[in-house]
Amino acid sequence: MTLMTALLALGILALLFGALLGYSAIRFKVESDPLVEQIDDILPQTQCGQCGYPGCRPYAEAIANGDEINKCPPGGEATIKKLAELMGVEAKPLNAAQEPSIKRVAFIREDECIGCTKCIQACPVDAILGASKLMHTVIADECTGCDLCVEPCPVDCIDMIPVPVTAERWKWDLQAIPVKLVE
Amino acid sequence: MPSLFQQIQAGTLWDFHGGIHPPVRKSITSRKPIGLMPLPSRLYVPFRQHIGVSGQILVTQGQYVLKGQALTSADNAMTVPVHSPTSGTILAITEHTSPHPSALPEKVFVIEPDGLEQWRPRQPLNIATADQQMILERIQDSGIAGMGGAGFPTHIKAGMQQPVDYLIVNAVECEPYISADDALMQEAPTTIVKGIDILCKLLNPKAVLIGIEEDKPIAIAALKAACSQREHYFVRPVPVKYPSGGEKQLIQLLTNKEVPAGRRPADIGIVMHNVGTLFAVAQAVLDDHPLISRIVTVTGETLLNPQNVHALLGTPVADLLSFCGFQAEPQQKVIMGGPMMGFTLPDLSVPVVKTTNCILAPSAQELPDAGPELDCIRCGACADACPATLLPQQLLWYSKAKDHDKLKEYHLSDCIECGACAYVCPSEIPLVQYYRIAKAEIREQQRETLKAEQAKARFEARNARLEAEKQARLARNQQLAAERQQNQQQTGAKDAVAEALARIKAKQAESIAETSHDAIVAERELKKQQAREYQAQKALKAATEQIGEVDAAPTPVSEDPRQAAVAAAIARAKAKKAATEQVGEAATAPTPVSEDPRQAAVAAAIARAKAKKAATEQVGEADTAPTPVSEDPRQAAVAAAIARAKAKKAATEHASEQLAQQEHDVPISHSDTAPAPANEDPRQAAVAAAIARAKARKAAVKSEGEEG
Amino acid sequence: MSFKIASSPHHHNRRSTSSIMQWVALACLPGIAVQAVFFGYGVLVQLLLAIITAWLAEAVILIIRRKAVLPRLTDHSALVTALLLAVSIPPYAPWWVIVIGTAFAIIFVKQLYGGLGNNLFNPAMAAYVLLLISFPVQMTQWLAPLPLQAVTLSPLDAFCAVFTQFSCGGFSIAQLQQGIDGITVATPLDMVRTDLAQGYTLTESYTKPVFQGIAGVGWFWVNLAYLAGGLLLIQQKIISWRIPAALLFGLFTLSALGWLAASDANPSPVFHLFSGATMLAAFFIATDPVSASTTDRGRLYYGVLIGVLVYVIRTFGGYPDAVAFAVLLANMCVPLIDYYTRPRTYGHKAKGSLK
Repeated sequence: MTLMTALLALGILALLFGALLGYSAIRFKVESDPLVEQIDDILPQTQCGQCGYPGCRPYAEAIANGDEINKCPPGGEATIKKLAELMGVEAKPLNAAQEPSIKRVAFIREDECIGCTKCIQACPVDAILGASKLMHTVIADECTGCDLCVEPCPVDCIDMIPVPVTAERWKWDLQAIPVKLVE
Repeated sequence: MPSLFQQIQAGTLWDFHGGIHPPVRKSITSRKPIGLMPLPSRLYVPFRQHIGVSGQILVTQGQYVLKGQALTSADNAMTVPVHSPTSGTILAITEHTSPHPSALPEKVFVIEPDGLEQWRPRQPLNIATADQQMILERIQDSGIAGMGGAGFPTHIKAGMQQPVDYLIVNAVECEPYISADDALMQEAPTTIVKGIDILCKLLNPKAVLIGIEEDKPIAIAALKAACSQREHYFVRPVPVKYPSGGEKQLIQLLTNKEVPAGRRPADIGIVMHNVGTLFAVAQAVLDDHPLISRIVTVTGETLLNPQNVHALLGTPVADLLSFCGFQAEPQQKVIMGGPMMGFTLPDLSVPVVKTTNCILAPSAQELPDAGPELDCIRCGACADACPATLLPQQLLWYSKAKDHDKLKEYHLSDCIECGACAYVCPSEIPLVQYYRIAKAEIREQQRETLKAEQAKARFEARNARLEAEKQARLARNQQLAAERQQNQQQTGAKDAVAEALARIKAKQAESIAETSHDAIVAERELKKQQAREYQAQKALKAATEQIGEVDAAPTPVSEDPRQAAVAAAIARAKAKKAATEQVGEAATAPTPVSEDPRQAAVAAAIARAKAKKAATEQVGEADTAPTPVSEDPRQAAVAAAIARAKAKKAATEHASEQLAQQEHDVPISHSDTAPAPANEDPRQAAVAAAIARAKARKAAVKSEGEEG
Repeated sequence: MSFKIASSPHHHNRRSTSSIMQWVALACLPGIAVQAVFFGYGVLVQLLLAIITAWLAEAVILIIRRKAVLPRLTDHSALVTALLLAVSIPPYAPWWVIVIGTAFAIIFVKQLYGGLGNNLFNPAMAAYVLLLISFPVQMTQWLAPLPLQAVTLSPLDAFCAVFTQFSCGGFSIAQLQQGIDGITVATPLDMVRTDLAQGYTLTESYTKPVFQGIAGVGWFWVNLAYLAGGLLLIQQKIISWRIPAALLFGLFTLSALGWLAASDANPSPVFHLFSGATMLAAFFIATDPVSASTTDRGRLYYGVLIGVLVYVIRTFGGYPDAVAFAVLLANMCVPLIDYYTRPRTYGHKAKGSLK
């Protein structure tokens, strides 16, 4: 009889707590960004496709479904670190060996451009201006440096040039200042 | 309890947290008369010497400019112009080492003085009759920016719309060695007070507080005498402590108020100006003397004659130093600014600018190099010294760890980089340097985040646009298909291929002339050549293939530059192709011998397209392809467009029976139109050539896809 | 010739870690001298052993860690650790006690945490606790202060005693521990504890010769000497006044309360302040910058916490003196204290800093 009482009491308690938990789960539900959104926010949005996916969003979805987090060369180590933190996994070294540590933007040598619009079609962020048979040019501020326009150019007139360092963007690298000789 | 205003009037001073007492070493220069330099042989006037954007250039290279003539315009609220410091010639408008810690090159005017010091016409303002707008414009046009160090445009601070309680005149000059303001106050106290009068007219403050360190007795006496007629001007000697000349610190010292984080002093009814700035304002308004010179303290133990110097803006530091008898030591440091916040110069051609208050050339004993950086022992001396009440040691920790969130939590952005923490650090950790790097990184990261957001938005907009276009195309295609079906039903079961052919033929019939004899000859030549070379290439490896192709690329000699450009583009395209494609297409490069270079180029393009097709498609239709030479270029273009559309359709749609039939049709129509019609217009030729190339590539890709 | 690039500030006040540590060591000297006078030359022998061990241990570990040895050895932090431990242990404890202790302090407590600046705990106190619980007998064999010693030891005797546990004259340490009255003496703090446990009142205890003077023979003067040294450090701005003041305040307040409540069962505040290692703790141990709190308010809390813990452990704990335990416990609280006592940054609201 006592056994029954104990079982019953425990059972009722379990039910009560379960109900309480269930209620609070609904009542105090924390609205958070879906995982894909969070991952997408971390990715650098260059839309370069170097991860093997057609853009940052698809890669974000792939990560959410369990893909590796180290496939984003433009994001570099910083992005991997953040992704590792978000996903709760180990940070891995970057997959691709070629990491362009210097920020670059596309530049069209305009006198060589034949106006084929191929680069315009390739640009994922519409950062190239121009019309058919008219010369094109890159809006440097909007260019993400994804390299995608270089390949399609039939006359190879697109260069990836490093973004020049200005005093505003200088990172206090005192070692890099050339010390000139006097006399 | 007296009110704050009463306390301030009574002369109460408050204190700010921290601060240090480094050796002052001002007496080296402060009691000497201000030196007058001979004109330097060159002046380097940077476009931008203030915080903001530089104005539009008003002069050209080689132009003669008068003293005080504006070199850039004040076309924007955040812009102040620069002026020619003397009369002379603009030798160049070029890049030159900047007076910035990075020493990155920046745009300067190089002026060669003619020694005549010829002024432009000057129009002094009558302060009594001039209205506020005129005064503000004059301040802006005279190029005045804060001369205490930050270089904020003065007309903005003087044109505040907010009510101002206190105008604080910053005459503290707390950094060791520097005595430029001290010298100015000793020399021209009345002009400074006139400058204050002008600012009072603009801002109408309740009181003017002049903060000045106690160790400048002569300047204090001079200012007190000059202010004696003015009731609400208070000269307030403050204790010697670094950095009491910091804007926020001086406000706390004189008014016991704090500027809330992320706000400006104007938000709490305070405007602060440096004495040097006020002097410049008075000169600009009353004499129409723009900001073209300033007092610079040139000091340090390596100088025989350290002193304050009237220097024209743009004077190279080397001239200043040699004027003062500079004898460089090995491993010499030359610092622009004071020992606490100044930066070292990598070379001495750097010019003096509006914010340059000191050039310091210390000996190695005077300011020894920092020792090796040791581990932090958490002594907390930095926190005790910090005037912003930060925790430098935690900031160091998080700066090293690059933990930007924590840095924000510990208010890194409130650091004024005064250097007090690094001054007291027993482990000689360059704390400020760590903070500066961390700040730059945070700024960069914010920029990146912003850019990523923009890129994302643009990407999504583009995707939406592409999707919409695709839908529209689909709808149109369906409509067209429906129409065609209807037509077919009406006209009976006609062969689609025949129909398409007929359509094209009909269109072309209007303009088709005879088939180009030359082209056909060239083509046959090419075919043979191709066959030969194809064999050869197959045997050879890729490397030789490339060379062969580049060699084979047509380089027609032409009088017309555009022609040449087209040819160059072709050559480039070729080279690229060679690098990427492994099939023996090299053979396709023909070198037809022709009198007319244009003709040759066209022929080459045709030949290439053909050759490619031949190499990749099994149907021998290419051989029979006609090469219409059109008189009317537009006609040809239309035909080409139609052909393109067809090709595209064929490539993408396979479903309907009709389209399947068309697929058969495509190569024919394609080869019909692909060759560029040769005509008189060279541009036309270039376009045609490009089209031909594009076609050839597409065909190659497609057939590869089909085969593979 | 080239111009040198450096980051601002280009000026430094030239007070290095090394000079700070030298000042600390210097300020210890009066205390050490008085201790040597009252408790024999054994103190000096222990000091010598500790310093040699500390330097050796530090050098070896630095070599193993592939760090530059000289700059870190000359920061004198190992010297100070050795010094503090040497004056804390009984002067005639066997030589291996101090060697083990110092080596443990340097190797385990300091270097294995990442070297100077990274250790969570005060190395000297952690080592003291290790010794106290590992070798309780050796760690409590204090001799009677000089005026009460039956046998006075020469410097040579001191050497012999530390290395062989017998003086050159053949007396064992146990014999040496006996006072002139033939009773084994303990430290006043120990005595109070034992007596109270045995049901004596303090008035009865105070009649014993050890309690002559204000806070026990010798101990008062030792504490006074450390107080003087500490005041010198404050005057030189080597240490902040906050931690010592707060510690002494905490200890004084609690002991005063206890004393007022029952003066016969609780020693007076003055006794607490000038007995045992109170002053040494207040000015030299608790102020160790590495393991102490770094914010102004935090230092006050930290000091009070140690003061309170010292009193609590002295009164209710199982060990005679409590400084080591109190300091270690307070060390543990430092990150928490630091976090919650962040000062209000200029221009920010007070609340923001606690968020």
